[in-house]
Amino acid sequence: MNKKQKKMLIRILLAASLMVLLHFLPARGLIRFACYLVPYLIVGYDILLKAGKGIRNRQVFDESFLMAVATVGAMALAVYEDGDYTEAIAVMLFYQVGEWFQSYAVGRSRRNISELMDIRPDYANVEQDGELMQVDPDEVPVGGIIVVQPGEKIPIDGVVTEGRSSLNTSALTGESVPRSVKEGEEVISGCINLTGVLKIRTAKEFGESTVSKILDLVENASSRKSKSEDFISKFARVYTPLVCYSALALAFLPPLVRMAVLGLPADFGDWIYRALTFLVISCPCALVVSIPLSFFAGIGGASNAGVLIKGSNYMETMSRVKCVVFDKTGTMTQGVFEVIDVHHSRMEREKLLEYAALAECASSHPISKSLKKAYGRPIDRSRVTNIREISGSGVIAQVDGITVAAGNVRLMRHLQVEYKECRHVGTIVHMAVNGVYEGHIVISDRIKPHAKEAVAALKSAGVSRTVMLTGDTAAVADQVAAELGIDEVYSELLPEGKVKKVEELLEKRGEKERLAFVGDGINDAPVLSRADIGIAMGAMGSDAAIEAADVVLMDDDPVKIAKAIRISRKCLGIVYENIWFAIGIKGVCLLLGALGIANMWLAVFADVGVMVLAVLNAIRALFVKKF
Amino acid sequence: MKKTYKIDVDCANCANKMEDAARKTEGVKDATVNFMTLKMSVEFEEGQDPKAVMQKVRDNCKKVEDDCEIFI
Repeated sequence: MNKKQKKMLIRILLAASLMVLLHFLPARGLIRFACYLVPYLIVGYDILLKAGKGIRNRQVFDESFLMAVATVGAMALAVYEDGDYTEAIAVMLFYQVGEWFQSYAVGRSRRNISELMDIRPDYANVEQDGELMQVDPDEVPVGGIIVVQPGEKIPIDGVVTEGRSSLNTSALTGESVPRSVKEGEEVISGCINLTGVLKIRTAKEFGESTVSKILDLVENASSRKSKSEDFISKFARVYTPLVCYSALALAFLPPLVRMAVLGLPADFGDWIYRALTFLVISCPCALVVSIPLSFFAGIGGASNAGVLIKGSNYMETMSRVKCVVFDKTGTMTQGVFEVIDVHHSRMEREKLLEYAALAECASSHPISKSLKKAYGRPIDRSRVTNIREISGSGVIAQVDGITVAAGNVRLMRHLQVEYKECRHVGTIVHMAVNGVYEGHIVISDRIKPHAKEAVAALKSAGVSRTVMLTGDTAAVADQVAAELGIDEVYSELLPEGKVKKVEELLEKRGEKERLAFVGDGINDAPVLSRADIGIAMGAMGSDAAIEAADVVLMDDDPVKIAKAIRISRKCLGIVYENIWFAIGIKGVCLLLGALGIANMWLAVFADVGVMVLAVLNAIRALFVKKF
Repeated sequence: MKKTYKIDVDCANCANKMEDAARKTEGVKDATVNFMTLKMSVEFEEGQDPKAVMQKVRDNCKKVEDDCEIFI
C-alpha cells in the first residue's frame, strides 16, 4: 500500500463508521441533511473537486463527473423527499472502495510481474587493490574484469577468465537444468551463479548486455497495442458520452411523454433516480483496465517461461496462428554436422577417420570440421603433403606418404575406384586409400531432441499445418520431415526462395488464420519479417535474432513454439472473456436500470464488482507454468 | 527522436486520455502511454526541443486528467 492508498482507506473506514452512527441519530430535516453531508464529503470530496475541474477544462464526461452527478442527484432527491441519504453516500463509498481495490490490485500485479522479471542486476563486483568493490554495472568498461560470487547474478555479458561453476539460466530461458561453465566460455548476463566464484572479462557494456536488452524489450512490449486494446479505447471514447446523453434522455423524456401524451403524473423523482442508476453503471473502467492488464500479465508470464513477446499485437496475432513454417537447420536440427557412422571399411574406424581428418586438414568447410571433431586429436599438419582440392568433388592428399582421397561419388568415379552406394541420408564422404576403396563416412545434422514432440505439441495446440523449408537436398529434407511428422516440405531453396515460398503460403492461408515462421535468426531475417509473425530461436546472445523477430524464444528448444502459442491463446481467451463479461453485465444492468428494476446497489455492483472480477481474471494470464 | 518518461496516474481510462492529449500536442509526432509500466514514450517532430514540448504535453495532460503527473 502506498501513501495515497492508506489515506483513502482511512477515509473509507471513517465514512463507513460515521454512517453506522448516523443511522441511530433521531434528527430530522435539514439537520439530518447536514449530518449526512459530513461522511459524504469525507469520502467523496476529491471526486467532487475533480468533477468541478473537469467541467472547467471542458472534460465533462469522465467518471468523477458521472459519480458526482449521480450522488449529488441522489442527495438532492433525498432532501426533496426528506428520505434516505444512505444510498447516495453508499454509492460514493462503494465507488471509492472499488477505486481503492483497483489501484491496490493493479499495483500488486505490477509488482508481481516485475518481480517475475526480476533479472536486473543491481551491482557488479570489481577487484580493486585486492579488495572487492560493489559498483554500478553501468560503470564497468568493456574488457574490465568482474567477479561473480555464488548466489549472485552475472551483471554483464562476457567470457570466463577464471573459475568453474554452474549457472541457473531459468530466469532467462525457463530451463531448470543448470548449465556448467569453465574458463574461456561465454556467459550471459542475467544467469545466476550457483557454485563457484567466477572471474569474467566483460565483452559488452551493461546497456548492450543481454539482460538490459531483454528488460527493455519486455517493458516496452505492452506499448505496442493490440486491436482489442484499440477497440476498447475507442469504445470508451464513444460509450461514456452516449451513456450520459441516454441518462439525460431517460430523466426527462419519459416523464414529459407521460405528462403530455398519456396524461399521467410525471413522476420525475422515479425517472431521475433511474437515470442516476444509469450513470453509476456506465463507468467503463472495468474494460479499460482489465484488457491491458491481461496482456501485460500474459507477456510477463510468457517471459518467465523464456518466451519474449514483443508486443500485445503480436500476442494477438500469435493466438491465431494456424500454420507454422520452420527453417530446418538450427531450428529443427542442431545445425552442427556430426559423423554418424563409418560403413564398409576394412580399416579401423579411428584409422579411417584419422586419414580423412588429415586429408581435409586445410579446409574450413563444416564437413571437414566435423571430420576433425570426430577424429578428436590435434592434427599434425607436417604429416600431410601435396594437398589437391578438386572443386565440387573432394580432396586428394599424401598422408604419411600414402595417397588418400576423400570426397563424393564424383571423386571416386574420377579415380576409377569402385564404390558402394550408401542407403543412409546425409552427406557421404567416400574414402580411397592407396587407390583402394575403404568405405564411406556418414555425416549428418542431428535432429534436436525435442523436435518431434514439438511438432506433435503444435498439432495438439490447434495448428493445422506444419511446413519445413530448407536449402538442403530433398533426400535429407524428406527424411527429417517424415521423422518429425511435418506435413509439407520444400527443399533446395535459396534464401530468396524461402521468402517466396512464405509469400505463397501467406496467400493460401485463410482470412482469419495467421502464419508463423520459426528460424534461428541467422540469415533468415527477411523471412522473419515477411511472415505474419516471426519467431526466432536460441536468442541467448544473438542480437540479430532479437532485432528481427516478433517473438523470441530464449533457448533453442522447439517445444517452446507450442508453449508460446498456448500462452497467447490463453491470454486472448481471458481478454475476450473480460470484454464480453464486462460489456454483457453492463448491458444487462443498464437495461434493468432503465426499466426501473435495478437500484443503486446493483448499479454499484455493475461498476465496481465487474471491475474487480475482471482484474482478478486478468491476473490469471500471469500463470503459465502448467503446459 | 523518441524519449520515455515516467508518469503517475491512477486509472486506465485516464491513461488513455493522457495519450490522446499528448498526441494532440504541437511538436509531438506520436505518443504512447503504458498504464501497466507507468511510462509515456513520446516521439518528437524534427527540430523540436523535447523539454519545451514536454511542458506543453504536461499542461495538456493536466487539463484532461487533473490527477496525473509526468516526471520530466
